[in-house]
Amino acid sequence: MAEMNSGESSKQGGFSLSDKHTRGIVYQVLTIGMVAYFIWWIVDNTATNMEVRNIRFGFEFLTTEAGFGIIQSLIPYNEASSYGRVFVVGLLNTLIVAIIGCALATVLGFIVGVGRLSKNWLIRQISTVYVETLRNIPLLLQIFFWYHAVLKPLPGPRDIHARGDQLWFSLTNNGLMVAKPIPEPAFIACALLFIAGIVGTVVIKKWAHKRQMATGERFPVLWTALGLIIGLPLLVFFVTGMPLSMQPGEMGTFRPNTGFGLNVIPEFIALLLALVAYTAAFIAEIVRAGIQSVSHGQTEASYSLGLRPGPTLRLIIIPQALRVIVPPLTSQYLNLTKNSSLATAIAYPDLVATFAGTVLNQTGKAVEILLMTMLVYLTISLLTSMFMNWYNARVKLVER
Amino acid sequence: MKLLTLAACTTAVVSASFAAATHAATLDDVKAKGAVTCGVSQGLPGFSNPDSEGNWSGLDVDTCRAVAAAVFGDASAAEFKPLSAKTRFTALTSGEIDMLPRNTTETLSRDAQHGDFVGINYYDGQGFMVRKDLGVTSAKELAGAAVCTNTGTTTELNVADYFRSNGMDYTVVAFEKADEVVAAYDAGRCDVYTTDQSGIAAQRTKLADPSAHIILPEIISKEPLGPMVRHGDNQWADIVKWSLNCMINAEEAGITSANVDEMKGSDNPDIKRLLGTEGDLGQLLGLPNDYCYNIVKQVGNYGESFERNVGPDTPLGLERGLNALWKDGGIMYAAPAR
Repeated sequence: MAEMNSGESSKQGGFSLSDKHTRGIVYQVLTIGMVAYFIWWIVDNTATNMEVRNIRFGFEFLTTEAGFGIIQSLIPYNEASSYGRVFVVGLLNTLIVAIIGCALATVLGFIVGVGRLSKNWLIRQISTVYVETLRNIPLLLQIFFWYHAVLKPLPGPRDIHARGDQLWFSLTNNGLMVAKPIPEPAFIACALLFIAGIVGTVVIKKWAHKRQMATGERFPVLWTALGLIIGLPLLVFFVTGMPLSMQPGEMGTFRPNTGFGLNVIPEFIALLLALVAYTAAFIAEIVRAGIQSVSHGQTEASYSLGLRPGPTLRLIIIPQALRVIVPPLTSQYLNLTKNSSLATAIAYPDLVATFAGTVLNQTGKAVEILLMTMLVYLTISLLTSMFMNWYNARVKLVER
Repeated sequence: MKLLTLAACTTAVVSASFAAATHAATLDDVKAKGAVTCGVSQGLPGFSNPDSEGNWSGLDVDTCRAVAAAVFGDASAAEFKPLSAKTRFTALTSGEIDMLPRNTTETLSRDAQHGDFVGINYYDGQGFMVRKDLGVTSAKELAGAAVCTNTGTTTELNVADYFRSNGMDYTVVAFEKADEVVAAYDAGRCDVYTTDQSGIAAQRTKLADPSAHIILPEIISKEPLGPMVRHGDNQWADIVKWSLNCMINAEEAGITSANVDEMKGSDNPDIKRLLGTEGDLGQLLGLPNDYCYNIVKQVGNYGESFERNVGPDTPLGLERGLNALWKDGGIMYAAPAR
């Protein structure tokens, strides 16, 4: 109460609810008290009920042997691994689908978004139909569509491969498999040239920019870059006699044996396609809104300065559109990541399906496991937001 | 420890905490509700399966109805909650259901962690089903196969153990719903479908062409299936246990739903005690003395329930086998009611 009597209110004669300042403080204290009580009530209720039911709280289970198999893992995993490792396997499976999904959805979304503004009638209509259709069908239904209607009816491995066949490529209802590339020493030279090409391009681009600023002369950066990054390594690759052999897989009794360079399970493909197609529809609308937010006068001004349509888009429109595009784009990335937990419907072993599913079922540690899972999603979301805020700060208009 | 719990729970899901706070006397709760709430499968023919009108039937359903008959004298005072294999234990521990007759295998860890098993109503074992045209005749030839199974089951763990101990590679495709597992197997996503043998027999009826599939001879595990109750309520555990025992003892004594009224007049002291015309065994459980009469009258004895739900004349066509009474060469054996 001491605080209430200090400051402005004391000037007007002590504690009174009719004083605006005092009233404000009272309301805030009451609100904080209610929120604190609500949280305390939830926590105490959980703790008390766990105690009554003899459920112990603890994370010792993370070191226990899991005992079940997982269809896809990016790190070594077998049945003897611990529940803690299951957590990591599930987390990585979630992350890989989220990261690849965000990248592909952005590319597709930009293409469709620009397509909606195209002068070409056909492209414009196709883009509109794409957005209106995919945006309005529930995501779970789309996942089922890709999995049950597109991938499952593919022929089985035994329908198209005979036992003992050498396989370089296989697309069946058991997934996509591609032969393993075996690099020879000369191939490493190509790889190094490729990296050198990228570094060289960055340097040249800086130099060209500086020169253009100073003298107004332009340098064909794009062609130089193509030559350095793709042309030169490719030339060396063919000159040294294609020093990369592909090691084929072999068809076993049931399916192509493991040992492929790339082995993608159909559950991953279905989930990825559904997430990308769905999220891209939203991103397309965001991109369209961003581009339309830049007034037409900017384009006219750019043309009158003599810039062609390409540079106009790249140098004038996009930078101004990005400040409108980036913040909502962040929400879409977060949505895609969280939506990836629908994986559990089609047996893709993501964090929710493996850790918050099988492990929870086997150990019964519901509070601990759901807590960990929620913290993971929260962390991923906050990190994504942080990155996008940083990017937004970089691309936003510098105002004077 | 409590402080840690408090600190960690701030963001936790609190569904458990909103459940009934008084959990100890399940019998009182059940009586107040007017029905027994049972967690059952999402549709496993022969064990717990709803018909087109939503009426549940099956061996597990009969166990639940037996408890309803024992408590209320009315086998229809039972409610059924379909649960996935994954969510069944959480539903039990949180108090959402009163008992879990859901083709659940008794294991040490489940008994210790999730609740108490109070009897076995079906002795099962895990098997494999494959397509006939594969030409496979033994599970030992399954190296490299993709196996479809249910998440959160002992099946998932057994298959891992079996392939590991035999040094065979395999891929596991684990779905949450039993129907999805069958659909994936039927579509050719996997080469092998594995679950309890009774489950295979039940699910085979759902396949496009049941005769194109064979069940391999290997049985790779013991799967005693039985009803579960929550930890810490011994009276309720006894009620469920002796409701099941009543059905088994009734079969042994030759009491059926058809002759139970006649049998009530029997001079046999075993039958008199079982049907409650002598002694007060029911009251010891907190039930009416004629609880077992009501069960047999309304649900039938164990043999009747078996024949009606999974026996040779049903689509599942299962023989009694291990589930015959101990007198008849099986291992179905209930302690005496006295």
